[in-house]
This record gives sequence, structure tokens and C-alpha cells, in this order.
Amino acid sequence: MEQIFNQLSESLFSELNNGENLILSFDGEKSQFIRFNHAKVRQTGLVDDADLGLKFISNNRSVHGGFTVSGNFDIDIARGKSEIIRMRLEAQEIPEDPFVVFPKNAGSSHEIKLANSLPFENAIDALLPAMSGMDFVGIWANGNMFRGNANNLGQKHWFETESFSLDYSLVTPEHQMVKGSFAGNDWNQGEYESYVKRSRGKLSLMERKPVKIDTGKYRTWFESAAVSDFLGMFSWNGISEASLRQGCSGFGRMRHDDIRLSPKFSVIEDFSPGFCPKFNSNGEVSTEKLSLIENGELKNTLVSSRSAKEYGVESNNAESGEYLRSPYMASGNLNQNNVIGEIGKGLYLSNIHYLNWSDNAGGRITGLTRYACFWVENGEIVAPIETMRFDDSFYNFFGERLLEVEDKSSVNPEVETYGGRSLGATTCPGILVDDFSLTL
Amino acid sequence: MKLDINMKQLLSAVDVPAQWVGLREVYEAHTPRMIRDGVPVANGRAFTHGIMVEVLVNGQFGYYGTPNMTSEGIASAAKKAYQQAEIASHHANHQFDESARPSHIGSYASPFTKDRESLSAGNLNDILLEAYNHLKVSNKIVSASSLCQVIESSFRFVSSNGSDINQEFLMFEFDLSATAADGTNQQTRTFGGMRGTCKQMGMEYFDKYEILANANRIGEQAIELLTADDCPTGEMDAVIAPDQMMLQIHESIGHALEVDRILGDERNYAGWSFVKLEDFGKLQYGSKLMNITFDPTLESEFASYAYDDGGLKASKEHLIKDGLLVRGLGGQESQIRSGLNGVANFRASNWNRAPIDRMANINLEPGNSSFDDLISQVEYGVYMESNKSWSIDDYRNKFQFGCEYGKLIENGKMTKTVKNPNYRGISNPFWRSLKGVGNVDTFGIYGTPNCGKGEPNQVIRVGHASPTCLFENIQVFGGV
Repeated sequence: MEQIFNQLSESLFSELNNGENLILSFDGEKSQFIRFNHAKVRQTGLVDDADLGLKFISNNRSVHGGFTVSGNFDIDIARGKSEIIRMRLEAQEIPEDPFVVFPKNAGSSHEIKLANSLPFENAIDALLPAMSGMDFVGIWANGNMFRGNANNLGQKHWFETESFSLDYSLVTPEHQMVKGSFAGNDWNQGEYESYVKRSRGKLSLMERKPVKIDTGKYRTWFESAAVSDFLGMFSWNGISEASLRQGCSGFGRMRHDDIRLSPKFSVIEDFSPGFCPKFNSNGEVSTEKLSLIENGELKNTLVSSRSAKEYGVESNNAESGEYLRSPYMASGNLNQNNVIGEIGKGLYLSNIHYLNWSDNAGGRITGLTRYACFWVENGEIVAPIETMRFDDSFYNFFGERLLEVEDKSSVNPEVETYGGRSLGATTCPGILVDDFSLTL
Repeated sequence: MKLDINMKQLLSAVDVPAQWVGLREVYEAHTPRMIRDGVPVANGRAFTHGIMVEVLVNGQFGYYGTPNMTSEGIASAAKKAYQQAEIASHHANHQFDESARPSHIGSYASPFTKDRESLSAGNLNDILLEAYNHLKVSNKIVSASSLCQVIESSFRFVSSNGSDINQEFLMFEFDLSATAADGTNQQTRTFGGMRGTCKQMGMEYFDKYEILANANRIGEQAIELLTADDCPTGEMDAVIAPDQMMLQIHESIGHALEVDRILGDERNYAGWSFVKLEDFGKLQYGSKLMNITFDPTLESEFASYAYDDGGLKASKEHLIKDGLLVRGLGGQESQIRSGLNGVANFRASNWNRAPIDRMANINLEPGNSSFDDLISQVEYGVYMESNKSWSIDDYRNKFQFGCEYGKLIENGKMTKTVKNPNYRGISNPFWRSLKGVGNVDTFGIYGTPNCGKGEPNQVIRVGHASPTCLFENIQVFGGV
């Protein structure tokens, strides 16, 4: 793949005229997908896919193009040349963009992570025996992912990784479920079987008859996976500088009214674990660690180079959509062994589902409980709960009602596959919150 | 630049001892244009082109999605798909035969009078820029945007049992958006909610004067919302406009009736359903005023087509008739697995994904009430337009929606504007509270380009059309 990208880059840059710039971004994968239902194979297949994105800049106009890379150089270079001709013509028709971002050569990078992966033909035999006797449903994704970026000034980045993920649910006959997500680079059969064994153990708690709880406010523990979903909302009309400037961010109260969250709440963008490339689609490289919220105070927003020009602030080389790519939330002092006791009477939520802003300006988020969620009383788990809707503000649950933060952070890998397999992960601890609002 | 592919020649290049082989070619080009705050922020065109090779081996399907559309590429892909299927066939969830891919020959083309190129990049930018100027009715509009994305999609399906289907689509997504702010009081108004204005038609839609009039209205309503009272809280009647009804239908009917969900395929991702296989023909889903159809024939609706991605011919069918659940959203595979009647809804997002049960056009058929009739029945309630927030549980029961714009209804008349109108409920009780269905004059055709589902994940286009509707005794509430 890298060779294909290099050949296309070299040839397409030679097509440019004076005063023209071109940024190329490459996004590809060679993946296996196996979908399971009732511990059997529902669908299985392989996907080879790669796209080349082109950003053409001329006369203060920016036009983009893109095409599927077939792997045949003659076809691909013809597609690329055709795109340049089209973009050149279009750049003469459209209005000037005063905030167009020009390419730079700030240095190149090259990162390839080879792994001891599970061969495609061995996947089913490796995965299914551990699930024996279980109602297991989920998705196996495995293979190589490629990201590249180059510009006509000579800058070039390449990132290649090989990884797997089994994102799954185990289901009881009464339809209670436990979630698992086993992901990594090097396949280890023993680790996989141990992980599944732990999931089976959690499932035994779900065999108790679910209890229906009333709407109201509850002392609530959120496991790391649930906290990760809350942090994910910061990427959608949240911590983006453009969103704040355009009046559609839930962070407005922090920016304009100096509202602070809990001193126990700190979040950084942290590229040091290497879950995803440090470069963005413009080829700009982020600093390894960027403090966003420090002890409850908004320190930085995510600022793309375009926002920097438009709003007269400094860029921190965020992706153009100004979303989190590798967030890390600082841990606290509460040990997992003490969580149930600290809840005393309230809720233990392993996962949450289908979040949305219900009042963006107020920071209010609605969603639902899902998977292993329990009613706790007298410091003991009583039973799973029936699904409940919540609606509360992060200014509350990351603010004055944040009681404790877990002393250990967990990695929640990005397993979404819209368009193609995603990279990245959210690293965060669990949290204990007071007076969390259940509404339906 | 679209390559001409000889699909029958490629099919003949496949040399594997499969029960069945199918090739599905998809070419899709997206051409977005967007003006935000007076400057162009998106102008371009990107396309994807590839083939999904699918084989049936020992009752198990296997696939290989490839951009290599040469005879050698397809032959190699078929061999790898065969190997995947053969291994999996020893652990198959269901053993299919060739009947899962019915044989059909036919074609479809979107109806339009003006193609994409009839409106140049420059002309479209001019219209969008002028629309922006009409959105910015005040300095309190802190951000405004106008956008159009044209989608051209070609689908060709050939199979070893004789299917030969060609479908050509021309579609667009269009939106106007204005955000007014006064400190942390911020309100956004759009043209039909979250990209709800999406249609299958050509550039004839872009009547500049109509667009500018709508832009002006949207800008003014955003300003109006800044000083509006919050929506009241309590149990009251709600009159819901088509551009919110579309998401109500989508979330609390469409997804719930997908047969692959009911069969459990989606339990690890999108979720299950409160609907059970035995509910079809028995469950009173809503009031007798409720008639829901799967309608791939409605002209200009976003997800109209003649065949699904498994080659099944599509036709209009009632899913819910007079409130009674009569049919599920299940394509041929789901019909075989479940024994239920279904529809042609086995769809894939692209050449790199296998088809699954999806919505297409799911509509609420018009009733007999005029808009004024609906309002006049309400003693105290709220009229709501344009979705801005949505959420529902994994069984498709407990939902909550937020809208952009509301009007208080008092003693049968709309009075003042209210901001942050929200409501929540549970699917069956909510639909049983349907008290009035608007007539064809209140009917609106909308859709969404972003329906997510499936593992691996797929985002797909769906259409929803509905009249304005009245629901009684709903939990309504406002902002913080």
C-alpha cells in the first residue's frame, strides 16, 4: 500500500502548475469481518479498500477530490489526473476562501506496527470454542489499516498497523446482556480465553430477576466504558473551537461564564500510546499531549488550522472536524474493590447507550442504561435493573456532583467501522456521581 | 471518471464450485458545496467504485469487497470469498439455498429533469451565498450556513441464477441553518431538522427565490427563539410536524420492525426489538388512525428503488394497517429465517458491505384532518417542528426527542413561540395515543442520509413521509 501511495503521490505532484498546491491523504484497509449471532456465523467476508483524498489549492480557493484506489497504477493515475483537471477548473468558478489552509513541510514521519496476528482462516476455530454453550453475538474485525499523507512541498507521513477486535455481547435466556471488547495487535489465545471467562463470570450476576426502579436522582457508578461514551459527546458540538464560536457548543458556559467542572476532572489529548497517527488530514502533527480540561478548568479547546485563521487563535493541529482522537482522563483515588461499598444505595452502570444532547447549551445529555447495570443496596449488588432513560448535565456529573474517580484508567478501543475500520481509543477511569437523574 | 465494467464477463471469470455467485457493482459520487459565514467551506467531489463478490457455499454466504474490477481481481476475490464461506459453513447460523437470492432482470432510474451538471459549481455557490445572506437577518446570528450535496449512484447486480439489474440514482441533501446567540442562550433553526431535506430528484429543485424565502424565515425564527419562553413541562397534547414525525417513525417503528433485529443479529450494536416474531398479525401497535407503509414507489422520496441489493423486486406494502402490525421489514434472507412476510429491504451501504435489513421509505399515510382541525382539538399543548435531538433504547421502547421550534396551543389556537420543545414516551403507548392524522395538505416528504446500523457498521439513506399528527397526553418539557 505504501508503495502505491508513494507512486501516486510522486506522479500527481508532477501534474501541478506554478502556484498550485496539493495535499493527498490515504486511508486503506485489508480486513476480515465475521459477524456472529447465537454463537454461529451470521455473515463473513473480506474487504480490500483504499481511498485517496485530494485537496487542491489555487488562487486562494480550495477544492477537494477523492477516489477509490484500485491498485492498478494506470487506472489510479488516470483517476488522479482527471481529478486534478476537474479541481483546477472548479477553482476558477468558486468564491475565494480567506481562511484556506496552505500546506507546509514541517517534517515527515514513518510508523509501521507489525503484529503477530491471527490468520484469517484460523479465526473461527480460535474464537468459537471459548463461547461454547453461550448465546454469543458480535463482530470480529482483523487485519491491516493504512493511513498516509503527503504534500507537494515534500512532507510525507505513513502510518500502518495490524490489529484485531472482537466486540461482543453474551446474553442470558432472560435477555440480560454483558458486553465485552477484546482488542489488540498481537493475538494471544490464552489472554482471549481468560477475557471471555471473566465475561462469563459477570453474566452470572445477570441471572437474577431484574428490578424496576423509579425515576429520580441516584448515587451512580459509571464504569470506564460508560465514561468513555460521555467523553465521546465532547467531540460533537463540544470541545471544538469552531463549535464554540458558532454558538453550538455545550462548553459555552465554561468559556463565557467561567463555570468550572470538578477539580477531580482532567482530560488531555494524548497521542503517546500510538493508538492512531499524530498527523491529521492536512498532514499537520499534533503535540504528544495537549491539556484540555485541567482540574475542572477549560485550558484548551481543539483548534484546527482553519479555525486558527478564521478566529485569530493559535492552532493545535486538531483534525478539521475538531474531534477528540486519543483522549485520556486522569485517574483518581477510588479502588474498584471499594466501588460497591461507596455506592451504598444506588446504581452501578457498566454501559450507556444512544447519547444525544437534550439541551446543548446547558450541557444536558440524554441516553439509556444498557448491559450490566445493577441496583445496589447496603453496599451489595441486589439485581440487574430494567432499562432506564437518564437526562442530566455534564456540568453536574463531571462538576459538583462528581464524588470520586477510579484509581485506574482503562483503554476503550475504537471499534466503529463506518466506511472503514477506525483507529484510536479513549482511556479513562470509572466515576462515582451523586444525584444522577433518571427520567423515564 | 467512471470505468465501464463488463459485469457479465467478470461473472464468467469466477471459477469456484459455489452454489451461487453474485457480483454487485456500486459507483457513488458525492458532490458537496457549502457556504458558512459567508465563505466557501466545502467544494469538491469524491467517488467510490468497487464490486462485492458474494458466493454461497454449503448454505453459507461469504463475500469479498474489492476495488480491483479486472477479471483476475474478481476471480481471486471469489476464491477468497469461497474459502471464508466454506470455513464458516461448519458453524452457519442458517443454511441458505439459492432462493435467498431471487432471479430478476430489470432497471430503475431516478426521475429528474435537470442533471447535476446543469447547475455549475459557480452557480450553486452563488445560490448558497445568497441564501447565507438571507439567513443572516441580524448580528445576533452568530453563524449561518447553506449546503447542498448531490449524490450520483449506480448499482449493477448480476448473478449465476440470471439476475441482471441496473439502477441509477440522482439525489441530494440540502440544508439551511442559522444559529442565534445571546451569551449562552443559543438557538439553531434549520430547514427540516438534521439534514431532513433530502430527496431523489434533480437540480430542478433549486428554485432560488423559494430558497431565499426559506432562508429569511429560518433566520428570523432563530432570532425569535432567542427571546421565546421555554417550552412548558407537563403532560399535554402535542401536534407534531412532518419534519419531526419522520424521526418518530424512524426510531419507534422502522428500527423496531427490522426482522434481523428481531432475530437478534443486532443485539451487540444497534440493539434488539420489543417486537417479537409472534406479534405480527396480532399486536395493536397504535391507534386505528395509524397506517404505516413501506413505499419504494413514492416519487422524489430519498430511498425509492425497484430492487433491493439481494435482487428482490420492491413494492409498496402495509407494515401497520389500522394500527395492527401486519408485516415486518425483512428481506429475502430474513423471510426465510423467520417465516414472516417481508419486503425488499436487503440493502448495503456500499460495495464494501454485505446487505442487511434496512428501512427504505417508511411512511405514515395521510388521514382526513386539516391542520386547523388538529390544532382546534387541543385545549392546552405544544406544536413542534424540526428534530434536533433523538435517543431511544436498544429495544426501541423509551424514546426522547427534542425539536427546534415550538408554538404553544391554547384553547384550540396557536399562541406564542416556545423554545426547546422536547417530549418523551414509550413506543406502543405513544402510538396508541395518536388522536389525529393530517390530510394530504399537511403531508411532508423527508429523509435522513445517516441511518447507522450493522456490524461492520453501515450508514444508509432512508426516506420518511408523514402528515402532521396529534398525540394526546404526552410528557412534554423544555430546556435546563
